[in-house]
Amino acid sequence: QVTVRDALNQALDEELERDERVFLLGEEVAQYDGAYKISRGLWKKYGDKRVIDTPISEMGFAGIAVGAAMVWLRPVCEFMTFNFSMQAIDQVINSAAKTCYMSAGSISVPIVFRGPNGASAGVGAQHSQCFAAWYGHCPGLKVVSPWSSEDAKGLLKASIRDDNPVVMLENELLYGVPFEMTEQAQSKDFVVPIGKAKIERQGTHVTLVSHSRPVGHCLEAAAVLAKEGVECEVINLRTIRPMDIEMVEASVVKTNHLVTVEGGWPQFGVGAEICARIMEGSAFNYLDAPAVRVTGADVPMPYAKILEDNCIPQVKDIIFAVKKTLNV
Amino acid sequence: ASRVMVASRNYADFASEATFEIKKCDLHRLEEGPSTTAVMTREEGLHYYKTMQTIRCMELKSDQLYKQKIIRGFCHLYDGQEACCVGLEVAIKPTDHVITAYRAHGFTYARGVPVREILAELTGRKGGCVKGKGGSMHMYTKNFYGGNGIVGAQVPLGAGIALACKYFGKNEVCLTLYGDGAANQGQIFETYNLAALWKLPCIFICENNRYGMGTSVERAAASTDYYKRGDFIPGLRVDGMDVLCVREATKFAVEHCRAGKGPILMELQTYRYHGHSMSDPGISYRTREEIQEVRSKSDPITLLKDRMVNNNLASIEELKEIDVAVRKEIEEAAQFATTDPEPPLEELGNNIYFNEPPFEVRGPNQWIRYKSVS
Repeated sequence: QVTVRDALNQALDEELERDERVFLLGEEVAQYDGAYKISRGLWKKYGDKRVIDTPISEMGFAGIAVGAAMVWLRPVCEFMTFNFSMQAIDQVINSAAKTCYMSAGSISVPIVFRGPNGASAGVGAQHSQCFAAWYGHCPGLKVVSPWSSEDAKGLLKASIRDDNPVVMLENELLYGVPFEMTEQAQSKDFVVPIGKAKIERQGTHVTLVSHSRPVGHCLEAAAVLAKEGVECEVINLRTIRPMDIEMVEASVVKTNHLVTVEGGWPQFGVGAEICARIMEGSAFNYLDAPAVRVTGADVPMPYAKILEDNCIPQVKDIIFAVKKTLNV
Repeated sequence: ASRVMVASRNYADFASEATFEIKKCDLHRLEEGPSTTAVMTREEGLHYYKTMQTIRCMELKSDQLYKQKIIRGFCHLYDGQEACCVGLEVAIKPTDHVITAYRAHGFTYARGVPVREILAELTGRKGGCVKGKGGSMHMYTKNFYGGNGIVGAQVPLGAGIALACKYFGKNEVCLTLYGDGAANQGQIFETYNLAALWKLPCIFICENNRYGMGTSVERAAASTDYYKRGDFIPGLRVDGMDVLCVREATKFAVEHCRAGKGPILMELQTYRYHGHSMSDPGISYRTREEIQEVRSKSDPITLLKDRMVNNNLASIEELKEIDVAVRKEIEEAAQFATTDPEPPLEELGNNIYFNEPPFEVRGPNQWIRYKSVS
């Protein structure tokens, strides 16, 4: 059993060792061992050149990371949370994402922007936003969102090895959660391919599609529903962009019902995109009911626990949505 | 290298080199500055002249093509500032790096992109240096990172390139340029801090042409001493209309960086004859008299020409022959740029990603798909 934190740590360690062009920069990543201890021990092992503490200058250090990537380095740029990436979003989109296209392929930007994304626990409105939809909107970027330790390790390694700018949306509440990891997943060359979703649970009555922490809630909901004879197929997207819509379509063709689950706000979100694409594709004719979305509440995140708890998609909300769509 | 045709005089008639007095630079946190004399050989002079004249003619041709609506969108011209990009280029090596903002055509040429590829990029043809995908503000070549549209964003990028230089101990430097308007951007101050803290071989260069679009420096900056605004970073203020002044200052700055002393800042005082872009006539916020005065008293090409002729480094006829050759080159390039076909529609989806297997990209509706290859 390996926690997501340790899985990420292993991935960073292995990739730093494998390729001397890889380096990590961000606030507190070196001497503090990482604000969330993801980079524990790495500065001690690799030193100042490979693990770099930055001042609080997101736009500055993100831009520096992109510049370094345009030459011959492979930076991993940590945002303490993705809320702070908004300070630097111009560098992520205009300098990183678009450059390969604008330069007709003569300049590549092999950079990874990573950090915790979305709601945490009691951190308030300015520290709880989900950026999956914003970054997922932009051509030129790849956007990944791991759930399990296997996802975290495999996707981080794949992202670092990818020659394109990748935004990796982690989740702070998952860092301490242990998951089973196979022998294979623990090997130094294990990568999870970017752009491929995973079926976490087979089912026949309804397709639940999710990413990041809500995948766990979907599995809990599926366990409860199974007792009532409803078999849910749970799909873990793993990648937001490019999205594996084919897997979702194949599942909907089988189950005829679709519920999307995400932590972010409903308008223009990941679920909205899935629904639009299902309408456009072969699976539409197999739907027996309109697709349904379960999302974060359409408000800035409040602080009081009772309020916050009701702003994120809970297991009961998923169960309710499934029963509604199945009309049971 | 071009062969210069001499009309009626032999090489033996000219001096091989001459020494010139150049303006002393204002210094910030520096005990001494660049030399106040510069030696220029005949060959160097002819090279600087030809390069600056090529840029001048290329920019004027772009003006023409824009008015004919053959160039679209944004077009920010560099005429008047030629001494900056040429003085910088001749003081660095091809293995050094340069990044600038959107007034980039002069640098694109100085860094080695042929005029025809620059003009064809402006006209959006497949023979453009980035196949017509970038346009005026997004031209690239080896060790030249554009061409950047977002004011100030190129500055952290330049420091990042410098970090990469330092990382592998290649003893290369990065010239990171920005204008007087951009000089007030917050991210530049973040970059000053990071570059100084980490001793990056980054040469910050502020091309102060007195106006950020329509706003004069006095109306935009609480301190117009741009060479001092790096605070803890040593700085020099340079006469940007004198190619030798720029050259000597750049040599000085490059030596500073290569010696591992960290970043340095140069302010080049220069002037643009055109407005901010082709949609700005450039006379609502400054007088025609001012423009005319700079043209008659400080034009960089005239300054060089006078120096060369007065010091027997070249004859007027010889320089006129260069002018003719340059005009011919520009005409041919413009001819190419107006007749080369636009990129094929298939190009639309390409180069989204690098080193990626082909995939499909969505067009304006779900039935229109483009293939994307790397």
